[in-house]
Amino acid sequence: MRRILVLFAHPVLERSRVNRRLVDAIRGVEGVTIHDLYEAYPTLWIDVAREQELLLANDVIVFQHPFYWYSTPAILKEWQDLVLEHGWAYGDGGTKLRGKLTLNALSTGGPPQAYEKGGYNRFTIRELLAPWDQTAYLCGMKFLAPFVVHTALKFVGDDVVPKAAGYRRLIEALRDDRLDLERAAKAENLYDELDSLIGAREVA
Amino acid sequence: MTDSVLAMAFVYLLAAVVCVPIAKRIGLGAVLGYLVAGVLIGPWVFGFVGREHHSVGHFAEFGVVMMLFLVGLELRPSLLWQLRKPIFGLGGAQVMLTAVVVGAVAMVLGAHWKSAIAVGLIFASSSTAIVLSTLAERGLLKTTGGQASFSVLLFQDIAVIPVFAVFPLLATIAPDPALAAAASDGGRPAWQTALMLLGAVAGVVAMGRFVVRPVFQFLAAVKVRESFTAAALLIVVGIALLMQQVGLSPALGTFLAGVVLADSEYRHELETDIEPFKGLLLGLFFISIGAQIDFGLIGSEPLMICGIVLVTMAGKLGILWLLGRLFRLDRPGRWLLAFSLAQIGEFAFVLIELGKSERVFSPGFAAPLTAAVALSMALTPLLFVILERWVLPRVSLGEPARPQDEIAHADTPVVIAGYGRFGQMVGRILRANRIPVTILDLDPNMVDVLGRLGVKVYYGDASRVDLLHAAGCGRAKLFVLAVDDPAEATKIAEHVRHHFPNLTILARCRNRPHYWELRKLGCEKVFRETFGSAYETGIEALVQLGYRRYTAQRLARRWRDHDERIIEELGKLWGTESYLERSKLAMDEAERLMREEDPAVYLDRDAAWDNESLRADRKVDAAAARPDP
Repeated sequence: MRRILVLFAHPVLERSRVNRRLVDAIRGVEGVTIHDLYEAYPTLWIDVAREQELLLANDVIVFQHPFYWYSTPAILKEWQDLVLEHGWAYGDGGTKLRGKLTLNALSTGGPPQAYEKGGYNRFTIRELLAPWDQTAYLCGMKFLAPFVVHTALKFVGDDVVPKAAGYRRLIEALRDDRLDLERAAKAENLYDELDSLIGAREVA
Repeated sequence: MTDSVLAMAFVYLLAAVVCVPIAKRIGLGAVLGYLVAGVLIGPWVFGFVGREHHSVGHFAEFGVVMMLFLVGLELRPSLLWQLRKPIFGLGGAQVMLTAVVVGAVAMVLGAHWKSAIAVGLIFASSSTAIVLSTLAERGLLKTTGGQASFSVLLFQDIAVIPVFAVFPLLATIAPDPALAAAASDGGRPAWQTALMLLGAVAGVVAMGRFVVRPVFQFLAAVKVRESFTAAALLIVVGIALLMQQVGLSPALGTFLAGVVLADSEYRHELETDIEPFKGLLLGLFFISIGAQIDFGLIGSEPLMICGIVLVTMAGKLGILWLLGRLFRLDRPGRWLLAFSLAQIGEFAFVLIELGKSERVFSPGFAAPLTAAVALSMALTPLLFVILERWVLPRVSLGEPARPQDEIAHADTPVVIAGYGRFGQMVGRILRANRIPVTILDLDPNMVDVLGRLGVKVYYGDASRVDLLHAAGCGRAKLFVLAVDDPAEATKIAEHVRHHFPNLTILARCRNRPHYWELRKLGCEKVFRETFGSAYETGIEALVQLGYRRYTAQRLARRWRDHDERIIEELGKLWGTESYLERSKLAMDEAERLMREEDPAVYLDRDAAWDNESLRADRKVDAAAARPDP
């Protein structure tokens, strides 16, 4: 069983339509630790030692956040800058994260078509996540495709329910090692391919 | 009697008040001003003082004693130890060489060899009073030349002990039975004298270490300022008396006491208590030197006396310059040493008296010596003028003419006034970051406790300007005003702003009017003393009511920005109106605060994350949804 750490970053959770429902869906799932960064560090003062301990204690690191300006909310950048120390996460002797799995679970305002070469945002989500991909690579972690919920702003009523269920399914599959990691690393959006990624593994 | 004392005081003070500022204005220095004042009121010009100047002179010599006490206070034992080489090497060489050369010349001129030795020893000394105060006045004390001069002067003070012992051996005239009887009690065996000397020195050190502190603690707790001043004076007077008893120079004894107390937390207090007395008495001393110059004798024997003065000073100057070279002083240092110590010191007067009483030479022999000493001292300020105007500019080509005044004692970048609950936090944060602070506090217990913890805390009233000076406000970058009492804080802010206009002040305030008052006085930042904790409590209250921590933080921060803006705006109006208008203002203020804090106006301003407008933005949507070709 893999232990999963969800580093959750949302500056105004009160107004969240998707992320709150997603995180609620995985609350209390066995083997999952949810770490609400803005609640823990309201002044962006990050306890590096505690963060590193949490990382060591888990096998899968999920960064869950809204996709702000093609990136994460500010606290995740601060978290990266301070926690992923040289000699600890990368560089000489920096082997502490080696072999762990990592992915971003994020929500966007725009539809999937916007995140294409000819689309409104010109780049795919995976292309925009290149810094996270490379960070994982440098730290020796396996970078999986993101779990993306598009058009979050348009959600009404129970629109979010299947997304939340899918999120939970993904997390549980990761925990129980039922996800085809090789294909998950190459996918575009884990949500879209959940059936085949988990199913394939189950068949095998 | 009272009449004449008052009249005399009037004459002395008037002369000082008239002459000193004039001398200083035209660049001759305060010391020369005092000397001129002495000449003017002396028997040869206006004749205001005559016979009694001797007793005044004795009284005034106490100024020198106080000055050395203050010099000692500035010199920690460790620093003194660093100076051991110049003191004994340079100082020793200067005294020996000068005594030998002067003695040889005296013999050539026909003096008895014993008298010649005595004259040599007398002329070897320089004037601690004139040199140190001139160096201090011109900011040269901490330069290499200034330090060397100081070391030599210190050695001369130490050398007084053996010189006193040697003089009786130099008697050239048959003893007068009456005088011999009077001096007989001075005839203790040498070992006994030595033992007494050692005992006295040990006593001074022990007292400084073990007696002074508890006494001051007690006095500080009683909180009577005068008793503190009295105690400080008592220390100086007591030690001077003790030293006289055992035949040591009182100046040397008080210097030693000063060194012992240099590490004490009461140092600044002692300094500020003694300083005004020292200044006045030293001035008196210089005036009495001026009044003592015997123009009658100089008039009758002008060639001989001027000859003695010029040859002696030129000789001393040359020897000092050579020694400066030998001891590898930098070039400006060499010249400073030579020019500053070329005169014959006030101690010569004492030795000449001793020489007469010990029958080393006759009164007739001594009179021109006395005149020469006084004249050489009077010439010293002129030598300094020559040195600064013509010599130093030439020797210090390229390099700065005057090495920077270096750090002496309380030269920390930050001075904190008030070290209670407020000041402590500031101090601890600074100290945790290795920023040295000078702390002034009026609570003797606090001073004591922190002193034991190794923190340098000084007991003293920060509203006293002299104490602010002593604490190094002139060189500090930042003044943290953290005292508890608002009226006191305002007073201190006024003084600091007035006397140290370049010092940045961070101030603690009690309430809004106090805030405005301090801002008006020019405090860069003013902090309401309970603001920080109330602010934190407000945030925590929101959190306890279910707000997200980050949100609570931002809401409180927004409120705070608004509050701080308002207080600054209201401050511009504050104090310009009459009392009535002001109270109306207070009402307006309250009303405005209430209105601006109305949730309808106040809340929901997190525009950065406002996705409501985004949701409504059809254009974005249409563009985003445009199908790809």
